[in-house]
Amino acid sequence: MIHSLFLINCSGDIFLEKHWKSVVSKSVCDYFFEAQEKAIDVENVPPVISTPHHYLISIYRDKIFFVSVIQTEVPPLFVIEFLHRVADTFQDYFGECSETAIKDNVVIVYELLEEMLDNGFPLATESNILKELIKPPTILRSVVNSITGSTNVGDTLPTGQLSNIPWRRAGVKYTNNEAYFDVIEEIDAIIDKSGKMPCKLIFLSLSFMNPRLLDDVSFHPCIRFKRWESERVLSFIPPDGNFRLISYRVSSQNLVAIPVYVKHMISFKENSSSGRFDVTIGPKQNMGKTVEGVVMTVHMPKAVLNMNLTATQGSYTFDPVTKVLTWDVGKITPQKLPNLKGIVNLQSGAPKPEENPSLNIQFKIQQLAISGLKVNRLDMYGEKYKPFKGVKYITKAGKFQVRT
Amino acid sequence: MTDSKYFTTTKKGEIFELKAELNSDKKEKKKEAVKKVIASMTVGKDVSALFPDVVNCMQTDNLELKKLVYLYLMNYAKSQPDMAIMAVNTFVKDCEDPNPLIRALAVRTMGCIRVDKITEYLCEPLRKCLKDEDPYVRKTAAVCVAKLHDINAQLVEDQGFLDTLKDLISDSNPMVVANAVAALSEIAESHPSSNLLDLNPQSINKLLTALNECTEWGQIFILDCLANYMPKDDREAQSICERVTPRLSHANSAVVLSAVKVLMKFMEMLSKDLDYYGTLLKKLAPPLVTLLSAEPELQYVALRNINLIVQKRPEILKHEMKVFFVKYNDPIYVKLEKLDIMIRLASQANIAQVLAELKEYATEVDVDFVRKAVRAIGRCAIKVEQSAERCVSTLLDLIQTKVNYVVQEAIVVIKDIFRKYPNKYESVIATLCENLDSLDEPEARAAMIWIVGEYAERIDNADELLESFLEGFHDESTQVQLQLLTAIVKLFLKKPTETQELVQQVLSLATQVADTPGLRARGYIYWRLLSTDPVAAKEVVLAEKPLISEETDLIEPTLLDELICYIGTLASVYHKPPSAFVEGSRGVVHKSLPPRTGSSESAESPDAAPSGVQATEQPAVIPTQGDLLGDLLTLDLGPPVSGPPIATSSVQMGAVDLLGGGLDSLVCLEDSAAASHSPGDGDCAHCVSVAVKCFWSTNLPGWRAPKGSFWEKLQGFLVSLTQVWLPAMKAKGLEISGTFSRQVGSISMDLVLTNKALQVMSDFAIQFNRNSFGLAPAAPLQVHAPLAPNQSVEISLPLNTVGSVMKMDPLNNLQVAVKNNIDVFYFSTLYPLHILFVEDGKMERQMFLATWKDIPNENEAQFQIKDCSLNADAVSSKLQGSNIFTIAKRNVEGQDMLYQSLKLTNGIWVLAELRIQPSNPSFTV
Repeated sequence: MIHSLFLINCSGDIFLEKHWKSVVSKSVCDYFFEAQEKAIDVENVPPVISTPHHYLISIYRDKIFFVSVIQTEVPPLFVIEFLHRVADTFQDYFGECSETAIKDNVVIVYELLEEMLDNGFPLATESNILKELIKPPTILRSVVNSITGSTNVGDTLPTGQLSNIPWRRAGVKYTNNEAYFDVIEEIDAIIDKSGKMPCKLIFLSLSFMNPRLLDDVSFHPCIRFKRWESERVLSFIPPDGNFRLISYRVSSQNLVAIPVYVKHMISFKENSSSGRFDVTIGPKQNMGKTVEGVVMTVHMPKAVLNMNLTATQGSYTFDPVTKVLTWDVGKITPQKLPNLKGIVNLQSGAPKPEENPSLNIQFKIQQLAISGLKVNRLDMYGEKYKPFKGVKYITKAGKFQVRT
Repeated sequence: MTDSKYFTTTKKGEIFELKAELNSDKKEKKKEAVKKVIASMTVGKDVSALFPDVVNCMQTDNLELKKLVYLYLMNYAKSQPDMAIMAVNTFVKDCEDPNPLIRALAVRTMGCIRVDKITEYLCEPLRKCLKDEDPYVRKTAAVCVAKLHDINAQLVEDQGFLDTLKDLISDSNPMVVANAVAALSEIAESHPSSNLLDLNPQSINKLLTALNECTEWGQIFILDCLANYMPKDDREAQSICERVTPRLSHANSAVVLSAVKVLMKFMEMLSKDLDYYGTLLKKLAPPLVTLLSAEPELQYVALRNINLIVQKRPEILKHEMKVFFVKYNDPIYVKLEKLDIMIRLASQANIAQVLAELKEYATEVDVDFVRKAVRAIGRCAIKVEQSAERCVSTLLDLIQTKVNYVVQEAIVVIKDIFRKYPNKYESVIATLCENLDSLDEPEARAAMIWIVGEYAERIDNADELLESFLEGFHDESTQVQLQLLTAIVKLFLKKPTETQELVQQVLSLATQVADTPGLRARGYIYWRLLSTDPVAAKEVVLAEKPLISEETDLIEPTLLDELICYIGTLASVYHKPPSAFVEGSRGVVHKSLPPRTGSSESAESPDAAPSGVQATEQPAVIPTQGDLLGDLLTLDLGPPVSGPPIATSSVQMGAVDLLGGGLDSLVCLEDSAAASHSPGDGDCAHCVSVAVKCFWSTNLPGWRAPKGSFWEKLQGFLVSLTQVWLPAMKAKGLEISGTFSRQVGSISMDLVLTNKALQVMSDFAIQFNRNSFGLAPAAPLQVHAPLAPNQSVEISLPLNTVGSVMKMDPLNNLQVAVKNNIDVFYFSTLYPLHILFVEDGKMERQMFLATWKDIPNENEAQFQIKDCSLNADAVSSKLQGSNIFTIAKRNVEGQDMLYQSLKLTNGIWVLAELRIQPSNPSFTV
């Protein structure tokens, strides 16, 4: 099982280590650094590295490498899932998962890690339970603690630990009882040069009920699978707080319209150190809703020195070091389509770039679930009070790429 | 207020100050001090000097303080074992605390203190906690057993904790069940032969029930454990599958993949005509696709596994090509894996789409990825014949881009396309020749030269082209030099008139100047051939080449089947069985897919073997007993030291006896095992051959005894000498010699491969024909570097006995096929039977007596061994070395009697009685 964990920042400092079995020397990370050097880009470090005596399984989150050391045959997905859970927990506790946040709360981090894993076996990973065991730091609490001498650590057995519904504490009571459902749909698409879509997938993060559209679903463990199978109704005891109830995928067989289109003209002249750049973004059928929060990022070829562009809307930046062009468009009004055009300057003498850059587009449409999925009704059983119920729909761009 | 304050140091020694604070009377101050200590510890500062002071804080009712002290203890107890003893009392007391949280915490922490002295004190509290009324304590205690086992395995066994742990599998709380399974799995990994996780239908049912109710991590442990179970028939397999399928919808990808493993494995048992089989196939695709929307690290592991799944069952994902299309910002490790799977899924139906994508990738920035994409286009051409033309034109387009590495890669794959479809696409040669000058990589240059040589008659200036290469002959790599030599000889044979000068030049360069033996040798061969018999030279050099196979990188089927059993594990990421790389697992148990069974009825008939075990007993050749003894005696009398071991085997039919309730069929075997000769004692042949009374019992329910059983005589040598199995003459210069051995539970075949040919050999692979005991290679033949001429390499190939079974004659005959880049060669050899004698072949004394008595007379055989000068003890110890165990020794009328037992890998027991007369050096039975 999971032997040890090292947290490493981008500059290669190991700033935290935790061992659940015997202590593994830091030097094992040298193999990781070696792989990191070879990969050049931080994102490209392979997640599974073998060393003569151990295996290193790592994830890269929020500029931190979570490197776990294992010694025996373990499912790597199990380790990766767990590491992401650790990062999520830090995020949840400290508001951000960063080196400073971790260093500032090093004792809590240590206590959390101890609580999450015992001898390499996951112990308590539900934030619900963890928060009962170790209270998250707040300014108010630290003040209260220092006055009353009480502690951050709960001294009763967390109720959820053993019940069949570990995601919910017993006896949760609030004055306001609210149930909100955000249906967030993300569109993953690759749009090729001719505007056709070789690949279109929709990955979504949360929903409630509406049947056969869904191709594949992943449920939070609270969902009663039997009822879904037989009636296509999601029946569950909700965890306390925010959680992802279900993620679903609508495949390209169900025709889902792409809400934006992109017209582009990017070309480099042969034997000259300049090129042209002209991109227009426009809305397609989106049921009368506005497309907003539009941001386009482009990784320009290495030979590009700088860009002289004019945007009819929003602002653009070009980072000459990373060669990333970012255009923050904002809202699209169909009357006046946003356009960005101008001249690209290349290094003199450099050959004409072979590759054409892909355009990465982000956008958001409120009040629309692009798949057509709708929440029909929400019923609550077993309590007398009526909760406040609400459903919000958002469609977002996921991994949305336009090839040029 | 944050914890960073704990790092501030003051000028007065830090340790000194902390010490004072730790001994403060104020609780709050104490706690703050411990926090500071922990903070220093986490960043690797040595605060072990504070050990006694911190331990003093342990006796507290403040839970946070207690936890912090425990954290400290776990870290430093190892370095201060004597001090750690001070903490024991508190631990023991805490294990009795009314608060279950404290009880669990105490037992958990004690297990983490890796100090021998402490473990002794841990046993009693642990035993109590394993039976605690609170499930939280029980589940913590279950993990603690695994911890203790890691520190002191013997102690855990002696104290009977393993049995208690097994009982916990039937616990009422699903979390306790999951943790017990996890702990047992971990312990079992270091004890491959133990039957810790012997599952039966009842325990399976318990696990399946717990599966629905435990946490996601528990589900992973349970699913992985289920995957090791072998259902008794297809109905049971189906019912398990039905209960596992809902896990495919879990949000945790590890749960999903473990469920996929169980389904992939048990599907093997389901009949393909079954409706359920089709449903299951359909259900597998969506979750696999969804895994690809996860974080890149998860995607990578998923893709490595999907790679195995599409090789085993391509039908699952055949319509999902699009999800493997590469996004430009995917990490490179994801891109390369996606590309691999795209090629595997490529078919006539989707080839147009695939090619368009691949062409797109070929213009990307990342060089490695671009190269692989270009190669992929070539592989598509070879795989899907209809697309070849399209692929070639795509490659030509890419060559036009003039991007150096794209051109080179394209030329290498075009060469492969030419080999697959000879005389079809020669029209492109002109374009290729234009790019000759830009080639700077040996592989591309060699490919180009090959093309020029092969099609010399159609290239007008072939001689000029080759000549231009020849100018820099010295600076080329061997690969290019060899290719150039052959190409020019080809050219000469095709256009002898104009190129005589050129060929002489290259031959003299190759034979006189070159310092590579392979090159020189090839040069001489060509020279002789050309000077003595040009017609023969033509036949040799211009012979038709074998077509290249469709997909070269497919995983060998037996390995693939094994890897399918390891879906979701490290083995699946590395595409190697765990035995090949996992450290610390002493002789991993090899897993194999269950055989497909029709229904439970057919499993009862003797010819449809439900599991590979008893399939040896197919009626075969039946010589008489006279032959048998004759064979043996000749053997025994001859001095077999120098010659290679000859093994004989004969089988005789006997009458059957049904014993007991009739369920078990007892078939008796006669075995003459154990002929030993030590190579050192040349003059005196210590030849011990034992006539053995054999006993064969198959305990498989439902197996009905046939109305005839066999006498089997097995013959083997205890020490086998290395012998030449495949002489070089028969195998185009490849000589293989080898021997078999058994060491610590694993069988291996030690091979020496010698290259006696003139060309480099590479791409070795080995396969066994079906044989009597299901011997099969457990790992692919790993020859790391190509074998240069006159070089030899020693390889130890691990074997297992899970291959398919077929009765051979002689029984221990093994037919082997070895492949290399030149050809496939076959040879057969006899393996000594003792490699199949398993380590646990020692039978209980009582059982030995009972079974001995039950052996019917006609299943006994006797004979004498002469010329033996060993005494009873020496024989006994000698036999023990080969896993033939002495059960008892008696002295009757001045004769030593030895009673022996041994067990074969397929579960057959052989019992023997040895009578040794000191006066007369011969053994009678």
